[in-house]
This record gives sequence, structure tokens and C-alpha cells, in this order.
Amino acid sequence: MSDATKVTVPGDNRLAGLNVGRRTSFFGRLPIVRDLRIAVGWQKAMLVVGLVITAFFLLVAIFAPVIAPYGYSQIRGDDGTAFPTQAPPSAEHIWGTTVGGFDVFSRVVWGARTAVIAIIVAVILSIFIGVFLGLVSGYFGGWIDRVLVVIADAIYSFPSLLLAILMAIMISGGQSSLWGGILASGISITVVYIPQYFRTIRAEVMRIKGSAYVESAKVVGASTWRIMTSHLLRNSTRTLPVILTLNSSEAILTLAGLGFLGFGIEPTAAAEWGYDLNRAVADVTAGIWWTAVFPGLAIVLIVLGITLVGESLNDLADPRLRARKSAGEVIGSIEDTSVEPKVEPSADNELANELMAAEHHDTTGKEPGNE
Amino acid sequence: MTHQHTQAEAVESPKKPAKGKAGAAKKNRLSGGFFRFVITRFLLIIPTVFILVTVVFFVMRATGDPITAAQGGRLSPDELQRRIHEAGYDRPLLVQYVEYLGNLLHGDLGTTVTDNQPVISILTRYGAATFELAILALIVALVVGIVLGRIAAKHRDRLADAGIRTFAILCYATPVFFLGLMLKLVFSVWLGWLPSSGRASLASQAQFDRLIRPTGFYIIDALQLGDPAVLLDVLRHAVLPALALGLLTAGVFIRLVRTNVISTYNSGYVEAARSRGVSEKRLLSKHAWKPALIPIITVMGMQIAVMLAGAVLTETTFEWKGLGFMLSNYLKARDFVAVQGIVILIAIIVSVANFIVDVVSALIDPRVRY
Repeated sequence: MSDATKVTVPGDNRLAGLNVGRRTSFFGRLPIVRDLRIAVGWQKAMLVVGLVITAFFLLVAIFAPVIAPYGYSQIRGDDGTAFPTQAPPSAEHIWGTTVGGFDVFSRVVWGARTAVIAIIVAVILSIFIGVFLGLVSGYFGGWIDRVLVVIADAIYSFPSLLLAILMAIMISGGQSSLWGGILASGISITVVYIPQYFRTIRAEVMRIKGSAYVESAKVVGASTWRIMTSHLLRNSTRTLPVILTLNSSEAILTLAGLGFLGFGIEPTAAAEWGYDLNRAVADVTAGIWWTAVFPGLAIVLIVLGITLVGESLNDLADPRLRARKSAGEVIGSIEDTSVEPKVEPSADNELANELMAAEHHDTTGKEPGNE
Repeated sequence: MTHQHTQAEAVESPKKPAKGKAGAAKKNRLSGGFFRFVITRFLLIIPTVFILVTVVFFVMRATGDPITAAQGGRLSPDELQRRIHEAGYDRPLLVQYVEYLGNLLHGDLGTTVTDNQPVISILTRYGAATFELAILALIVALVVGIVLGRIAAKHRDRLADAGIRTFAILCYATPVFFLGLMLKLVFSVWLGWLPSSGRASLASQAQFDRLIRPTGFYIIDALQLGDPAVLLDVLRHAVLPALALGLLTAGVFIRLVRTNVISTYNSGYVEAARSRGVSEKRLLSKHAWKPALIPIITVMGMQIAVMLAGAVLTETTFEWKGLGFMLSNYLKARDFVAVQGIVILIAIIVSVANFIVDVVSALIDPRVRY
């Protein structure tokens, strides 16, 4: 391992913390952990707040049965007496009850579980399909690429909520029961977000596939599958964490929108905030605020949390937007390079010229073979 | 730096389809390039709309015919069968599809199942209301976005910036129907300042009926009547829905204005102007501001799609009788012929809007022309 030298003045220890020549640990390279390290000031605060809120909702979703005093579709107490309807917040029902006699607090808590499951279904499905299509489209090009791009663009430009409504109609005929409802919403949301993953991955693959290491892998005889998974996929996922978080928050909004229009999940199958807000429209006009405020705030908070994380990741990935560290603070690590950066190949360097000529020849000569 | 970047992209992109027509277009780019771009871009609308119409048609039919969906429980099986046969829904799907495309070319979008009206008349009757709401909301979004975005850029990384950015994220994080409900709760139920739903009071509606040529845009109609009371009434009804829908998109504009002003603010020519002694105020309002406008126009087009979806929810919340309100009503009634018509209209609007935005940005920035 060659060691890069730290040029420093004796007594000046500002560069002592730089880890030159050391590889950052795997943990340190994980997207969010890495970002937490380089963030400063307001950006760090935003990221931390976002992470805390997101973690809070995850915990609520996991421990919903413990936290919620009643079931999501429970309308009678344990002694068999029916819950009051539209009752204001009280000791038994801390956030009041709805027009159907549901306990608002319990519905909000159980709703977190529905939201988290819907996000997981939607994000996992759209990542797998979108990334796969993006890889195929970007790597092979040709007519598959053109057709996929036109379709993806058409879908991408269309209002996502309307698309989700259409999918909900197709999947469940608009009437949802139990897990089918969550799955239907998840799949509806998936279709909306596939084009985004597709576009990002495709653009990255197009950029990478001409690079030297892909070429050399081809020369060595690596299979197409191996090039796609280990060379292209690994190197094109740089922007995925940002899209993933932003899409999760959009997924929640779409799910709530579907529920609000009556295309979500039946109240007896699961608790869903959008549905609860739909039922609260009439309440609000009558001055009954608790049925609307709490599920609504839950949506705002969870989306806020996830968006804060996504926004921070996005800003940190863009050097123009990253808040600057003050001089002397350690910004990151310098990976050592095998080439002395100051030395450029001179005009009479035969090898360099030959390599450049070969590369030039290769890119122009490749076009007809592609078709 | 950013300039180099986009330039490189613009040079790179025409390389790919360097065959046939695109290749010819590239050669003539300097002469008739702009008109060629406009025509090519215009022709691109056709496949987009065609794909969307196809997707919408087959998705809607995947669950069965519209008559069973709307009235399955209400009619006897024989009666249902007769109605399906009459409407031709028992023929092969492909035949129906070709017929639908043919009718579409004539502007015929079918007849609604539940209330037996031509879909096209619904579109013309309620389209104006949605359009009016969208324009008002766009005004709110632009004003809020530009004012706050510039303040945030000016006080970058300080308290005001953090506050405004949090507000922008809150705008985005709040579902438009929840914001609508809260505005309604505070301003019309608790404070009683503004009406809670509808587009105008009954008295004003009656006035509009007297008009010989009503436009459907209530603000214009009120101006036609020349009655300040009616105008005030219409405006009072519009405040809350426009605010709800406008704030939904304001967040995006705040972010966009902030990011772009910051990046132009740091660019070479602003630095050069600063070194010539141009005041900071003038730098912000003249030098850094104008180039930052281009992406705003582009995003404005993209926001039209978001706004139309938002309009469906806003109109439902405020009983604003526009296309979105009708769409959600027809959805509830499972009247899929009407739903299909409205969705296709929205698809066309979105495609045309994207086309206009592309042309405008090509006019402003020659690098966009490909």
C-alpha cells in the first residue's frame, strides 16, 4: 500500500485526523451513517430530527398492539358496552371517538403499522422492478430501451394519484379487504414510482457502461449477468437512498390520498389515516376537530420525518448545497492513489498517446456494432 | 461550473439517435433548429397520449364492463345483460378499443353510465372551475415560493433559512386535504371569516344564471356582472381552496428558488459584478435572479400534473364543483366511463402543458434544443 504524504507544518495538527491510506469501515460507508458524519450545523440537525421521527413511527408500528388501548375496528369495550360516537377526548378515549365509534388514538397508532407496511411493499417492489428494467434498458439499449423510455416518460408525466386510482380499480375493483387492501395500495403506488428508479438507474448505467473497468471485464470474459450485477448495479446505486426516502414519503401521501377518495383499505381490515380523514370531513363542518386533527398530524409528522432525512441526504450528496465545514475540521478521508496527480503525461509520452488513441477509436467504432 | 456541465450533456445527448431524421435535424440545428425542435416535440405528444389512453382503457376494463361495475347490485341479471349488450360491452375488447380510439378522434368520450350524459359536456361544464382554481393556486404558490425562496437564499444556513426550509418541507408533507380541513376548521368554523365550501353563495349563483354568455370562470363572470358584492363573494369562496392547493406546490417553488439563487449567486459572473462594486441588493435582484428563473418555468410545467391531482383532493374537500369533484363522485359511483373520460382529458392537458414548457424553455435557453 503506497502512502500518500501529509504535507503539513510541524506543530500544526489539523490534518492529523485525516485517515490517509486507510479504508473507511463498512459501517462508516453506509449511506446514513456516512452522511451523519459529514453533516454540520442545520443540516445535521435536520437529518437527526428526521431520523428520530422516522424511528419513532417505526417503533409505534412495531409495538402497535402494546401501545393502542383498543383494536383498530373495536367499537365496544371489554364489558360489551358500545363506545360513544363522536365523543370528545376523555380519560377512556384520550383522543375522542369517531362517528363510527372507533377510538381515534387506537386508529392512529394502528395506522402507523399500515403506513409502514405499505411503504415497505411499495418501495421494495418498485426498486426491484425499476432497477432491473433500468439495468436492462441502459445496458442493452436498442429498441427495448426506446420503448421502455417512452412508456416510463408517459407514466412519469402523469399525476401519480390518478395512476394509483386506476391501479386500485384494476387490482381490487376499488373495494379492498384485509391484506388485499394493503397490497393493492402498495402495488398501485409501486407502478407510480417504477419510472423514477428506472430513469435514475438507466442514466447511471449509460454513464458507466463505457468506462474502462466495464470494458476490461468484457475483455476478460465476464458474463453479461456478472457485468450487470457486480459492475453496473453496484456502481449505479449512488443516488438510490435519496430517491428511496423521498418516494417513501410520497407513498404515504398517495396511500392517504387513495384512502381519502374512498379507494383505500376498509376500516374493518386495517386502520388507515386517509380513510379516517375522509370520514372527518363532515365532522369538521360541525366543529368536531379531534377526528381530523390526529390522523392528519400523524401523516404530516411521518412524511416530515422521512422527507427531512431524504432532503438532508440529497443536500449532502450535492457539494453545491452542502454546508461548509470550517477550515481545519476534518471533512472526510483521502483515498490514496497510485498515480502522482501533479504529473501529467507529456506530449512525447508514447504509451499515453497510444492509449488515448485506442480509446477514441473504440468509442467511435462501437456504434454500428451496437445496433 | 454548472454551465459546463449542462453544455456537456447537451452536446452528448444528440449523439445517441444519430440516425435518420434526428441526424438531419442535428445538422440543421443552427438554421431552422428551433422550429424543427418545436415540431418534433409537438409530434412527441401523440405517442404519449396514445400510450396513456391505451393504458387507461385496458386498466379500466381489466375488472369488467362499466355497467356491471356501476349498477351490478341494482339491476336484475337479465336487465343487466340487456344493457351490456345494448352498449356493446360484450364484444371483444380489441374491437371496443379500436372503436373507442375512433370516437376519441371525433371528440366523443362516451356517455356516463350513472346519469346518462355525454362525457364531453361534463368536461366543458366543469373544466373552467378546475382551471380557475389551478390558476389561483399557481399565483399563491409563485408568490409564496419566490418571496420566501429569495429570503432563504439571502440568509443561507442561518435561522431564517432553516425556518423557511422547514416550512417548505411542511408544505410538502401536509396532505392537501388535511390542510384544507384545518383551514376550514380555523377560518370558517371557529373564526367564521370565510365560507367553508362551494364556489359562490346561492344569491350569486342566481345572478350568474342571468348572464347571456357565462364563461364558467366565476371571477370573470362576476366582473361581467359588474356587481362588487358578487365578486367579493366569489373571491371569499376561493381563498381557502386556492391557499390549500397553492401551499401544496409552494414548498417545491421555495426549494427551487433557493437552490437556484444560491448556485447563480456563487457563479463567476455574479462574483465579477460584485468585484465591480454592484450592490448586494442589486446582485440578488438582477444578476443572480434572472438565470434562476429558467428552472422555475420548467418545474412549473411539471407541477401542473401535481396540481391536477391535488385539485381532485382539494375540490373534494371544499365541494368545489370542478372536474376533480366530479371525478371523485364518479369514482364513488363506480362510473368508469366518466372516470376514463376525465382521466384522459387530464392526460392530454398534462402532455400539452409539458410541450409548452419545453418550447418556452427552449426559447429562453438554446442549449435545451435537441
